[in-house]
Amino acid sequence: MEAVRSQRKSSFSNGGGGGVSTLPIYRSAPPLEVRLEDFELYAVDRLRVLKRISDGLSRGKKPDEMEKLVLDLWKTNMRHEHSSEVVNKDIISHFVLRLVYCRTEELRKWFLSMETTLFRYRFRDESPEIQRALMAEFDLQYKAVSNAEYESVKDKLNQVARAIGQPITSTDTIFYKNLHRIWSIYIGCFGYSYDQEIWIDWVPFEEVPELVAGRRVLIQKGNAYIAMNQVVSLVITQFRSLLSKALVLTNRKWTSMIREQEKDRLTPIVEALSTSYLGPDYSQPREHAELSLKDIDQIAKSSFPLCMRHLFDKLREDHHLKHGGRMQLGLFLKGVGLKLDDALAFWRAEFSQKVGAERFDKEYAYGIRHNYGKEGKRTDYTPYSCQKIISAAPGVGDHHGCPYRHFSEENLRAALTRMGVGNRAMEDVMDKVRNRHYQLACTLTFEAVHNSTCDAGVNHPNQYFNDSQKIFESKKSSSNPKGAAAST
Amino acid sequence: MVREEAENGRDDMLIDGDEPEQMKLDYALPDGFNADYLKVYYGKVFPYVDMSKWLSYGNDGKHPGCDHSYLGRREFSFTLDNDIYVRFQSFNTASELEKAIKEKCPFKIDIGPVYSVDPSKRHAYSQGGDNIFTPVEKELVFDVDISDYDDVRYCCSGADVCLNCWPLMTIAIKVIDTSLRDDFGFSHVLWVYSGRRGVHCWVCDGKARRLTNEQRAAIVDYFRVYKGNENSTKKVSLVGPALHPFLVRSYTEVLKDYFENRLLSSQNLFLNEERFEKILEMIPDESVTSELRGKWLSNKQSDVARWDQLKRLLQSSKQKGQGLRRCIEEIVFSFTYPRLDTEVSKHMNHLLKAPFCVHPKTGRVCVPINPKNCDEFDPSAVPTLSQLLRELNSGSFRGEGDNEWDGTSLGDCVRYFRESFLQPLLKSCKEEIEASYNAKVQQSRNSISW
Repeated sequence: MEAVRSQRKSSFSNGGGGGVSTLPIYRSAPPLEVRLEDFELYAVDRLRVLKRISDGLSRGKKPDEMEKLVLDLWKTNMRHEHSSEVVNKDIISHFVLRLVYCRTEELRKWFLSMETTLFRYRFRDESPEIQRALMAEFDLQYKAVSNAEYESVKDKLNQVARAIGQPITSTDTIFYKNLHRIWSIYIGCFGYSYDQEIWIDWVPFEEVPELVAGRRVLIQKGNAYIAMNQVVSLVITQFRSLLSKALVLTNRKWTSMIREQEKDRLTPIVEALSTSYLGPDYSQPREHAELSLKDIDQIAKSSFPLCMRHLFDKLREDHHLKHGGRMQLGLFLKGVGLKLDDALAFWRAEFSQKVGAERFDKEYAYGIRHNYGKEGKRTDYTPYSCQKIISAAPGVGDHHGCPYRHFSEENLRAALTRMGVGNRAMEDVMDKVRNRHYQLACTLTFEAVHNSTCDAGVNHPNQYFNDSQKIFESKKSSSNPKGAAAST
Repeated sequence: MVREEAENGRDDMLIDGDEPEQMKLDYALPDGFNADYLKVYYGKVFPYVDMSKWLSYGNDGKHPGCDHSYLGRREFSFTLDNDIYVRFQSFNTASELEKAIKEKCPFKIDIGPVYSVDPSKRHAYSQGGDNIFTPVEKELVFDVDISDYDDVRYCCSGADVCLNCWPLMTIAIKVIDTSLRDDFGFSHVLWVYSGRRGVHCWVCDGKARRLTNEQRAAIVDYFRVYKGNENSTKKVSLVGPALHPFLVRSYTEVLKDYFENRLLSSQNLFLNEERFEKILEMIPDESVTSELRGKWLSNKQSDVARWDQLKRLLQSSKQKGQGLRRCIEEIVFSFTYPRLDTEVSKHMNHLLKAPFCVHPKTGRVCVPINPKNCDEFDPSAVPTLSQLLRELNSGSFRGEGDNEWDGTSLGDCVRYFRESFLQPLLKSCKEEIEASYNAKVQQSRNSISW
């Protein structure tokens, strides 16, 4: 089965037009032969686009900014020296990333969200003819309908259009569709002319809940009548739903069949691609005291002390932290060099998954700005020291405080194992904990994880971090001057 | 003695968390609301068969497409004497339901969703993965409570209701009912008196029962106009060059008429400074408000006259543009437009009081309301528990022998429920079950490639 309609295979134009669409909807896997190197390279280019889209959304970019971003990213990353290969690259990279991102609920959610955003802005950029052609791919056809039917709803449609501030003119196109058939309505009783063609779309109201909620559509007898620009929303919903189902199926095929079959060929590449998403970009020299968001997951694993790592993991898991946790982690991140804008993007990306972007902006953004001295009495707060953290009293639902003090032995052992503390060191650490020498316990952990001594002992989480970074820097510069291969 | 028992009963049962309210004279003391009276009600009057038929949605039939597990997967909850609340009750047949109610004599019965499996067996199922315990069907419901209108009614407050403010409920029924049928295409809509100060709505079409939480929230938002709280002065904001047809229809067919011809006078909305200032607050133009204030402080006019003055002044302000003329509608909407309890409607797993329960504080039965003549509904004429018992005891049985309610004032209510709601619903359910069964039998193989 082809993902691209047969008549489009022969001509690929970069700008669209002439009724030929270059925007695939990825309905099924292409039967194309792919070189292994291309497999990985194409996927990496597309992944770069998706990650930057993710970044843009986290920063709360407005739709017109996102549109420009998406189209620029696409043009920059997804071109190919042979124009005939452009669509192939598009399709192949998408299906490769499906394999990578089908494997857990979190990955699927992220991929679905980014691909839908990408599709949305690419769709909006296309001409109306191409948009209609794409709608046809979602099983929509055209049929004529009577003037009388249009007349009966015309006034109310105009009323809705005025109510939402988008007046209908005769040159606007609105689609009229009944349960997957498109009807075209002709003005005037005899024949029609393209200038006066008006298309109206109506769908069961259940399919457009956002439009119903905002009273942005006329609803009659269970059907919602929607205007052209709202049709985009409908198409996106279809795209999203298609991809969502496909991802679940892909996951099943992956686990039951593909992973094993491909264990010498594709599987290692697929697995490497998913961790490269988290991987840092060692090819660029890191500036002094600056932390960039794309490195944060990797750095958390390697250089955060247990208290901050725990908060960070919980934040990623729950998409929320209570006040104590936000303060402790937030100030720590400031200390490691996270700029205010990045901090806002980071917290926003997490919290909006739980409480929504709007609530984040209303309720939490202020606190972050406050931490950076941009609000209120403008004190630039300093990150907490170990002493302060140890003396904290976390309650139900809290994750701040010193884990060496508050975790049960069982939980602490598990957490330290996850950090990479070996058996011998573990006993030493637990011994210190039992004797209430929490900072010494943390120091021993540091030494175990980094395989080096820490003479000064740990007094401050940021000190732990800086010392850790120093060790990595020195290791890197001594062993491999060029740095690891760029894989983002 | 009886009164004492009733009072004790009331104190124990803080179902709505209200402080004890003063009873109005036209709301007779619920003499005789107690477990014994309730027992007789459940023994002789409560319409088990109709209720079970309703909630089975045709699945209690013999057609091969019928799902006999359906009723058993519905959650009920009982509020027993002494405030004991038991959830996740389920019954496989009508007679099981009847037996349980007669035995336990619940002071309140709530109806919840139909789950994927029998709720009493829920612990055997997990929260995630393939085999889960989750709601699969639930009627779309609405709850309108007159205490949500306390800021726009002066005759009563809190749990009290009288014929001067009850029209607010009538308005809600008319606006919402029309929209549910004409806009959303629903046909099987049941309105029920909540027993004291409001109304409930049950939308029972198959399409409605299968709505997701997101779709329910969308419908609630479609209906929502009133936003804000004690801190905002203007709680209704109707922006845009035109109003949505739904709002226009509601205004021209219901709201305007009730406001101008009933509430204006019955509530004396312009009676004194405190009251008319509340309305002037909604007008953003100083020159208009000061002119009106001047007129009203110096002379006495009727509410109707003052409203006319206000309208004329706003409509004539041509230079100020659309905004001022829209104020008229905003004021009318503020005082009349339905205020729904949004949380009730949004979630499938919400439990709502069953029709034909008896309200413990008033003794009144939660009877169905016919939306076609809802403006004739009088909450003070709704049959009470003690009234029904008196009628039963007086032995005036008309109609068929096995329906004891037939000889009481509840007879018309049950008949309405049966004929106007239940029968058309069951007919359509039967058709749905048959069609769905036939479709399954003829279904072609599904192929989805990855």
